[in-house]
Amino acid sequence: MGIYWKLIWAYIKIGIFGFGGGYAMLSLVEKLVVSDNKWISEQMFTDIVAISQMTPGPIGINSATYIGYVAPAGYDPTLSSPLWGILGSILATLAVTVPSFFLLLYCSHFIRRHNESGAIKAIFGGLRPVVVGLIASAAIMLINKANFNPEGTITQLWTSIIICALAFCLVYFPIKIKNRTIKFHPILIIILAGAAGYLLYGI
Amino acid sequence: MDSRKGKTIDTVTSDSKNIYLQLFASFFKIGAFTFGGGWAMISIIEREIVDKHHWIERDDFLDLLAIAQSLPGILAVNIATAVGDKLKGTRGSMLAAAGTILPSFLIILAIAIFLTPDIIKNNRVISSIFMGIRPAVVALIIAPVLTSAKAAKLTWKTIWIPLITALMISLDLGWFSNPILYIVLGGLGGYLFWALANKQIHSKNK
Repeated sequence: MGIYWKLIWAYIKIGIFGFGGGYAMLSLVEKLVVSDNKWISEQMFTDIVAISQMTPGPIGINSATYIGYVAPAGYDPTLSSPLWGILGSILATLAVTVPSFFLLLYCSHFIRRHNESGAIKAIFGGLRPVVVGLIASAAIMLINKANFNPEGTITQLWTSIIICALAFCLVYFPIKIKNRTIKFHPILIIILAGAAGYLLYGI
Repeated sequence: MDSRKGKTIDTVTSDSKNIYLQLFASFFKIGAFTFGGGWAMISIIEREIVDKHHWIERDDFLDLLAIAQSLPGILAVNIATAVGDKLKGTRGSMLAAAGTILPSFLIILAIAIFLTPDIIKNNRVISSIFMGIRPAVVALIIAPVLTSAKAAKLTWKTIWIPLITALMISLDLGWFSNPILYIVLGGLGGYLFWALANKQIHSKNK
């Protein structure tokens, strides 16, 4: 049962310190869930990010629900029944949302009154560059052997680097055709990369 | 079709019992049909809440948005909570937040039950698909690093902050690699810098 308290505590921390949106939250999730507690593998974490991108809803909820479901069985094999997983996903999802829910209810009046104050602006001014670093750290931690070269061949390493570079160009640089700018949606990029993976490794 | 929908909703809003249901249904719809998280949701929430249902004035919505952004947590849930609270107090905020959370919770739960780590690892087709996807996911996270760096207007004086943050967190140095440490330091640093600058201005004025 200890796993549930640990899950709740991890996701309370993720909810309370999750400034700067879903991607910035990822570094907290990766640290607490993957590096510290090893509830899921690096690969699984990347897969969850991909699944979150392809399904509707905020990435914070998606990751809490999925990790809450798989963590109990990963921690203790006797908890492998789906019911234990469902309990974990309910608790993790509540833990990530309830603290900020009450913070918002009880602090919104304070923030509204002081939103123009220099102190609050200064605090968020200081947080902004940190958020950039948080997102960068999530990206750096995901550049690893498990994601780029699980088979340990040079061919796969280069293939992965090319997929990553192409995906980056498609999502970051808008393509201009006849005065229209086309930006690839992340979902389309994941679908294309999945198709490439199937063609390269699946057949 | 839209105008007819708008009319029925206008007659319903007078009924205070139904507004709870409307609130829940609206945010359920927003949660179920928006991909890409909080930022993508904002414009859809605005259309639903301000333009269609006229629940909140645009100026008020922008105020709520500012509050939702400045507090920690999941942005979409924060916006839902703030809108629900503004309309119908605590009960309204609970329903709006639950509406936002529920669709993605149910969808992910269904996926988690059927797509277990073992299946991803052992099914040849699925594992090959994910081997292609994983490097692309990394690219999808590198892109917002650059866009957020631009938005933060980093200069040569401030660029060391994200660099050190990213370096320290990605190394495995125990407590020093804890992201929470850098979130606290960032907020504290911003505040101290401001307080110090204020003090200097005041002493100069004297």
